[in-house]
Amino acid sequence: MAKITFIVNNDEKILVEGDSGNVMQLAVNNNIAGIDGDCGGVCSCATCHVFVAEKDFEKVGKAGEIELEMLELEDYASDFSRLCCQIEVSDAIDGVELTVAKEV
Amino acid sequence: MISDNKTCIVIGASHAGVNFAFALRKEGWKGAIILLDKDKATPYHRPPLSKKYLELEDSIQNNLLKSLESYEKDNISLSLGKEVIRIDKENKMIHLSDGSSHTYDVLVFATGARAFIPPIQGIQKAKNIFTLRNANDVANIRKAFHSSTDKNIVVIGGGYIGLEIAASLKKLGANVTVLEREKRILARVTTPLLSNFFTNIHESNGVNIYVNKRVTQIKSEGNQNTLVCSDGSAHIADIIIVGVGIKVNLELAAEIGLHINNGIKVDTSTKTSEDAIYAIGDCTNHYNKIYDTNVRLESVQNAVDQAKVAAANICGKEIEYDALPWFWSDQYDVKLQIVGLPQGFDNSVVRNEGDKKFSIWYFKGDKLLAVDAINNGKSYVLGTKFIKANAIIDKKKLADPTTNLKEIIKINTQSR
Repeated sequence: MAKITFIVNNDEKILVEGDSGNVMQLAVNNNIAGIDGDCGGVCSCATCHVFVAEKDFEKVGKAGEIELEMLELEDYASDFSRLCCQIEVSDAIDGVELTVAKEV
Repeated sequence: MISDNKTCIVIGASHAGVNFAFALRKEGWKGAIILLDKDKATPYHRPPLSKKYLELEDSIQNNLLKSLESYEKDNISLSLGKEVIRIDKENKMIHLSDGSSHTYDVLVFATGARAFIPPIQGIQKAKNIFTLRNANDVANIRKAFHSSTDKNIVVIGGGYIGLEIAASLKKLGANVTVLEREKRILARVTTPLLSNFFTNIHESNGVNIYVNKRVTQIKSEGNQNTLVCSDGSAHIADIIIVGVGIKVNLELAAEIGLHINNGIKVDTSTKTSEDAIYAIGDCTNHYNKIYDTNVRLESVQNAVDQAKVAAANICGKEIEYDALPWFWSDQYDVKLQIVGLPQGFDNSVVRNEGDKKFSIWYFKGDKLLAVDAINNGKSYVLGTKFIKANAIIDKKKLADPTTNLKEIIKINTQSR
């Protein structure tokens, strides 16, 4: 079981729990604003952009090749950007903090 | 138009309808929102159905468009398992299959499309024959697949859906044959280069791709089907998948006299020929500003973008639909991303960046129309930016994979 904190609109913190699937679907299932996941989680739409907290980046890991390229569609991507449909929910990411890029 | 006691009814709860309902609430609609669909399942993503959903035996709960709670939170009445049987335009009323009726102030068609069943002799009596359009279809295909001993599957139609299903079932261990009527697969939607590429990918994964095969008859005996083609060839299958395109759900719209021409005609605000009636998604025929043409698109992008435009306009914010279309397909280890509409191109450039990694750039004169990117997010992303910026590209540099893609712009004209 992994506990994940989403920071929405840069201030509201929402703690959710999950044990499988990807982080985008976990966010959608928990009504996290700003995570759309229009393509259903196949790294095709760049609507699930999060900034991983610096302290957690190693735990979450780097973006893959196509993911990194897709992030170029985002104007505000940083070194800590990920498309969260490409992050697996597992014990390995327990406790991480993700800031949703899109403010709503 | 935003008032507490008005009702907006949406027919169809897939990508367009669901995104519309949430966007309408966000735009400030205070009245009732009723979202109808004849599918009983909580609305889900459709594109994975032919891909990882079929292949990984995933559950619909992992593929929901929105959580069930979020409908409650936004006070959207989700009314599933019911079909609209009649619309009374004069009294602004809809009648449902369960005998109930509702009045509306605004009505939105998000009726999408259904699988087209070709008129093949014997098709009605064929055994284990399926189309793939919704989650229930996948459940039926899986069931048939698991109870089949031979697992000989014939897919009629080499379009994206047919090929994605072929790839998924092959991965599950089936013997798969694709029968395509045209002289190449994907003939309706792409160029010979990409058709050849996908033919090779499928053949190297052990799928038989046969072209120029028009199925004229299906003979069925016991659990076995024999598909007979116009060239006299016969193909045995215990499971048949029909993937020959769609039929737009237009009957209700036609009954109430909405203007129709390959889809429900809508203006740039997504309004139909009737003032209180809008239409969004696969069922619409709309004007695309970037390409200055009327199109009907089958895509998530168009569904989601039109949903937002409809919601804004219904709430009094006048915005125009001016989106750049994009699409994707996943087969085996190949990710195809398409941006733009290549129709009308007169020259193209291929940029080869390695094994199964390339892109095809379509131009009309010097105007970039579209990019097909194969395992190549960069070409997709920069292609998107170049089309939006109306950039003039140095084609020689583009064709040279050692050139940085960011350095291929000759002239960056005004943004569209």
